[in-house]
Amino acid sequence: MSALQIKKGSSKHSAYDLRDPNAELIETHTLAVSVDNESGVLARVIGLFSARGYNIDSLTVAEVDHLGHRSRITVVTSGTPQVITQIKAQLERMVVVHEVHDLTVEGPSVQRELALFKVKGRGEARIEALRLAEIFRANVVDSTLESFVFEMTGTPEKVDAFAELMRPLGLVEVARTGVAALARGA
Amino acid sequence: MTRQMTGAKMVIQALKDQGVEVVFGYPGGAVLPIYDEVFQQNDIRHILVRHEQGAIHAAEGYARSTGKPGVVLVTSGPGATNVVTGIVDALMDSIPIVVLSGQVPTFMIGSDAFQEGDTVGITRPCTKMNWLVKETDKLAETIHQAFHVATSGRPGPVLVDIPKDVQFATGTYCEKPKAKTDHYAPRVKGDPEMITKLVELMETAERPVFYTGGGVINSGPGASHLLREWVEATGFPVTSTLMGLGAYPASGKSWLGMLGMHGTYQANWAMHDCDLMINIGARFDDRITGRINAFSPDSKKAHIDIDPSSINKVIHTDVPIVGDVGHVLEDALKIWKSRGRKVNREAIARWWKQIEEWKAVNCLAYKPSATSIRPQHAIARLEALTKGMDRYITTEVGQHQMWAAQYLGFEDPNRWMTSGGLGTMGYGLPASVGVQIAHPDALVINVAGEASWLMNMQEMGTAMQYRAPVKQFILNNERLGMVRQWQELLHGERYSSSWSESLPDFVKLADAFGCKGIRCDNEADLDDAIREMLAYDGPVIFDCLVEKHENCFPMIPSGNAHNQMLLGEAETQGVIGASGAVLV
Repeated sequence: MSALQIKKGSSKHSAYDLRDPNAELIETHTLAVSVDNESGVLARVIGLFSARGYNIDSLTVAEVDHLGHRSRITVVTSGTPQVITQIKAQLERMVVVHEVHDLTVEGPSVQRELALFKVKGRGEARIEALRLAEIFRANVVDSTLESFVFEMTGTPEKVDAFAELMRPLGLVEVARTGVAALARGA
Repeated sequence: MTRQMTGAKMVIQALKDQGVEVVFGYPGGAVLPIYDEVFQQNDIRHILVRHEQGAIHAAEGYARSTGKPGVVLVTSGPGATNVVTGIVDALMDSIPIVVLSGQVPTFMIGSDAFQEGDTVGITRPCTKMNWLVKETDKLAETIHQAFHVATSGRPGPVLVDIPKDVQFATGTYCEKPKAKTDHYAPRVKGDPEMITKLVELMETAERPVFYTGGGVINSGPGASHLLREWVEATGFPVTSTLMGLGAYPASGKSWLGMLGMHGTYQANWAMHDCDLMINIGARFDDRITGRINAFSPDSKKAHIDIDPSSINKVIHTDVPIVGDVGHVLEDALKIWKSRGRKVNREAIARWWKQIEEWKAVNCLAYKPSATSIRPQHAIARLEALTKGMDRYITTEVGQHQMWAAQYLGFEDPNRWMTSGGLGTMGYGLPASVGVQIAHPDALVINVAGEASWLMNMQEMGTAMQYRAPVKQFILNNERLGMVRQWQELLHGERYSSSWSESLPDFVKLADAFGCKGIRCDNEADLDDAIREMLAYDGPVIFDCLVEKHENCFPMIPSGNAHNQMLLGEAETQGVIGASGAVLV
């Protein structure tokens, strides 16, 4: 502890961090950001998040319109309502950003994530893993005598739940794509 | 008709089409083709600086004093990295700057070539937008887009990185009107409903205050004009941030002086006690707000800003108006007039009575000294002796900067160039050169501290080469004055590395550069010495030896509120607690 009573490693001494971090509820929002598909655009967007100390819970990006030269970034972020509003405003003012949609507040949306799970095991555990995979509608995409690779698509919560169930059954590796999301309806 | 030309020629053509008259720069291997084209024409003047940081600060001075974008031309690697400080400075203070940097040829990018640096990577977080141009055919359009982005919406710096092979190759020139720029079109008109809401609040407000900022200056002279009209018509008091000085004249009857950490007593108390705060083009910077949860607790707040991300960033706003200050003021004034020009005259008169009481505290008074020159006095004399002249002021960063803001009066916009957001020591001298290049016949003074001034003193060479008669008015206290002040208040008077030892003899230094040097160390000679500086037809380095341990007041200590100002030495004991000390 220094003379100023700041704990070592604490970041609570910035001029912008005087507010009680628990004073406001932390919300999780899914943002769909339409950007020019050009080199450096992803660095630009994620650089904004790191420079201003915003959270990225999940991030996906891919070109969605080749002729229109557009990519779509889906970013799941969390923060107080004020921070979420600020993130949107900061994104919207970037030259490469065309549109920002907050799918969490703009009405119901569909959110999906693809995940691959490698589960190693023999005997009962292996049979149980297969049985649970059926319940979760996960496909077996690779198989050896002592392992499976399951493929599953679902909400992040469903992916989490499946991973939890697989853990005691020999889960050795997980790969997740991050969330892709669209608003419901047309 | 399509025009074919080399990339290097395109750069010059695009600058001409953008109306550029002056470029500040420094040559190097990766921009030689462009410099070859610079050599072969006479429309664009190139100012050779002595260090690339000097180029960008000069361009900032040029931009702030003219309202036009400043243009910088530098080479790859170190040329580009040396302008990074100025790019961040321009980003923080919303100054339109176009940096053109050379880059190693496209086929060598990524090979750690000589003088290669990832310029777009390095400058990505500190530009509004930057581009690496890989094809000559896209070069002209990109430069046109760069000017559009730098000057549209909230102005700021942009950078175009141009590999050497792109400069040599031939391509098709894109004429300015054909460049695609419509994808970036920030909104300039404010929401009429919100503007009406602001007008309604103004009609009934009992203790209103206009809090104006650099956005008024950036919006152009028309915005300052409208602001003045509105202030006069309503009789509301007006204060300004450091960046906004000159938008409302210091001689105006509604002027409260600057607000904030070193602002006036009346301005800060008015901000604290007001019931309606009208923020016009300012951003609730931490130098302005002091402790956020004690900031103007009883007021409704309206905020006019062209940048939506400025709204509700720090302070909750009741009436957010996104738009250009000039456009919004025009509409607001129209609506206010059409509703019968109403204000609560009786309450406003009471409010002014209160403000007069605060003014009577006379917060900028300072004790005269028998033995040394008070720095405040030096600035006050500079003000008195240059009053009414066609005067432009730049500053470095520190105590002298705050004293300049307090004791100089600005009657017009674009006359005050200072590094506000980033607080860049070494800004003032090159900026003064840039201002003088833009206004050759005006009086340009850099109010400096000796420590800041030394950071870019090589630019005296530029001033000499281009016969820019800039006056360097150095308040020399042989200290890093503001650092010393904070160490006195916060760190038990342990003056760690905050004195200037081994200073050069500034008069001899002036001699070495070939300009005039003047030294003054007593108040009796001060006026004559200043007159001598003003009368000299050429650059002057004025070494004004001032009181070494003077502190800058008023001061809102970090972590305190507007109504907890310190007015002088007697009040400084133990004023900053541990939680305040950790703030910047």
